[in-house]
Amino acid sequence: GINAEYMGVGRARFTSYATLPQEYKAIRDMSRQFAEQELFPIAAEVDVQHKFPAEAVKKLGELGLMGVAVSQEYGGAGMDYLAYAIAMEEISRGCASTGVIMSVNNSLYSTPVDKYATHEQKLQFLTPFASGKQLGCFGLTEPGNGSDAGAANTTARLDGNEWVLNGTKSWITNAHEADVAIVFATTDKSLKHKGISAFLVPTKTPGFSLGNKEDKLGIRGSSTANLIMENCRIPKDYLLGKPGYGFKIAMSTLDAGRIGIAGQALGIAQASLDIAAKYSLERKAFGNTIAKLYAIQLKLSQMASKLEAARLLTWKAAIAKDRGDDFTQAAAMAKLNASEAATFCAHQAIQILGGMGYVSDMPAERYYRDARITEIYEGTSEIQHLVIANNLLKDYGSTNVKVPAAPHSAKARATD
Amino acid sequence: INAEYMGTPSECLFFFEMTLKALVSIKRVIDYTVKVRVRPDKLGVIKDNVKHSCNPFDEIAVEQAVRMKEKKLVGEIVAVSIGGPKSVEVLRGSALALGVDRAIHVKLPSDNDDVESLAVAKILHKIAEKEKPDVILTGKQAIDDDSCAVPQMLAGLLGWSQATFISELEVAGKTAKICRETDAGMQRLEVSLPSVISCDLRLNEPRYAKLPEIMKAKKKPLQEITADSLGVSTQPKIQILEVADPPTRAAGRKVKTVEELITKLKTEAKVI
Repeated sequence: GINAEYMGVGRARFTSYATLPQEYKAIRDMSRQFAEQELFPIAAEVDVQHKFPAEAVKKLGELGLMGVAVSQEYGGAGMDYLAYAIAMEEISRGCASTGVIMSVNNSLYSTPVDKYATHEQKLQFLTPFASGKQLGCFGLTEPGNGSDAGAANTTARLDGNEWVLNGTKSWITNAHEADVAIVFATTDKSLKHKGISAFLVPTKTPGFSLGNKEDKLGIRGSSTANLIMENCRIPKDYLLGKPGYGFKIAMSTLDAGRIGIAGQALGIAQASLDIAAKYSLERKAFGNTIAKLYAIQLKLSQMASKLEAARLLTWKAAIAKDRGDDFTQAAAMAKLNASEAATFCAHQAIQILGGMGYVSDMPAERYYRDARITEIYEGTSEIQHLVIANNLLKDYGSTNVKVPAAPHSAKARATD
Repeated sequence: INAEYMGTPSECLFFFEMTLKALVSIKRVIDYTVKVRVRPDKLGVIKDNVKHSCNPFDEIAVEQAVRMKEKKLVGEIVAVSIGGPKSVEVLRGSALALGVDRAIHVKLPSDNDDVESLAVAKILHKIAEKEKPDVILTGKQAIDDDSCAVPQMLAGLLGWSQATFISELEVAGKTAKICRETDAGMQRLEVSLPSVISCDLRLNEPRYAKLPEIMKAKKKPLQEITADSLGVSTQPKIQILEVADPPTRAAGRKVKTVEELITKLKTEAKVI
């Protein structure tokens, strides 16, 4: 990765934008400029018309933002997850719908293909996607199981040289624009999660169809729909990774996806803070700007603190991933905190804007609606708590952390 | 000529005749979004911990050079910046990452150091003598001091033609057809190369840096030199007496007659 040379020395430097190495600043500046010039003007229209931002997505592809961490050999930008997280935040600050479209293509599609596909599969299923020419999606969730991902009902049966897929996936982002879906299906339900495999399914395959687009509260520019497979036949070598590895692929992919969604949530939170802070410096009440009021200052302080904490957690998770360390715990903390920071900041931004926050003249109401999903998809907050607690308890269970011996107060009170 | 273009003999001949070498001069300035504040000592403006970026008109010059390279009119682009240590960031981020081939950093001791226009022109003159470009491109002026003097001085020192405030540029062989935007209107000229060209707003819209290019920029050559090594002194010949905020704008006033307007323009605004 590009920050490999920095990993040995001065890792503590990565705590603010000012201390990032120059190439990360360049990525941030470019993404930010793109968001302000290309996304600010269209975000409202994308939301109101539920319009897929096709032109913006095309430009993102040309700039290398649709495959940030994929190697240049396979059409990506050859950067790392820290660069991706920074870019995700800036793009999502401009338009959260564009952000999730970018995130799904990067983390949920390109990352697992990059990690688990053969070279031949990558030429077909990675290169055109990392370069943004084609779009991917990730089919894990089903009508009957969301958080309970191991209970897949979609089946895959080997018939000669083909896999036959049957089942339905729900809540799939990019469903209507994707050229290929990674579909998780079980070859043997009795093996439970060990029977699940991952398949690369071109969306134009006969037997593959889409449900209607969901009418969502927020991120309306991205399409969310069911994927329906009825005797959908794909070549045998469209299996991704090894048979029975599907659950493992899904879980490791979601770990990476959490960093992307954390980035998206940070962007929404930052946009909310920006609008609230600027408004408070202009709006007057009781003879002065409302920025002079402690009530407003308290809100802004809480917003900024939660946002900054979430950003550091996100960078920590990204850096851990780039170093090759186990980053599951860090990614869960990042996503949990960033999504809660987004909903908090968006909520308080409306409060600070008052009536103006409630109408579409200002983007605060859109941030409020966009933020809400970040606590739900790619692992609900409740799942994140489970992941964090389980990892934490595993650590405590396997090490002997010293705590003060009891009773300690009795000894302290003894006077002889 | 650039070695990598040594293809078949016919290609070699084509590029020997056609490709020009471009030198682009860029400056790291306070970002245009910053609300600039006067320093307490009133001898300058506050630059510490203030956002800086590449001078927007210089970005236009870089974009023009890159477009000419894409059209195979230019073979090699060299960027140069005169400034403190942080000028490296604009050389990498706003030049090398956009398609410039290599960069020269004329390093000043501190990011707070200013260099006067004539010294800048003399430094660029020395670099041009060494690099032998066919065209020198730069922004029409820097948005910090708005001196608008370097391109003109440089052309004078080099004895080259100059094409300033250009909004159109068409290079053909040894001449360039340009359009200048002036206060009196648009002026179309043909200049012979080599030429010093300064770029105005409407010449082009700079591209975004692509991520793979940002990565490649890290490896492109960036040479650091000092003004002393070029034999140019950066000692100021102008002494700044005071820097002050412009007067705060007062509200406009309506007048009832043309006569009243003329009287006020004469006696109050003192402009006629």
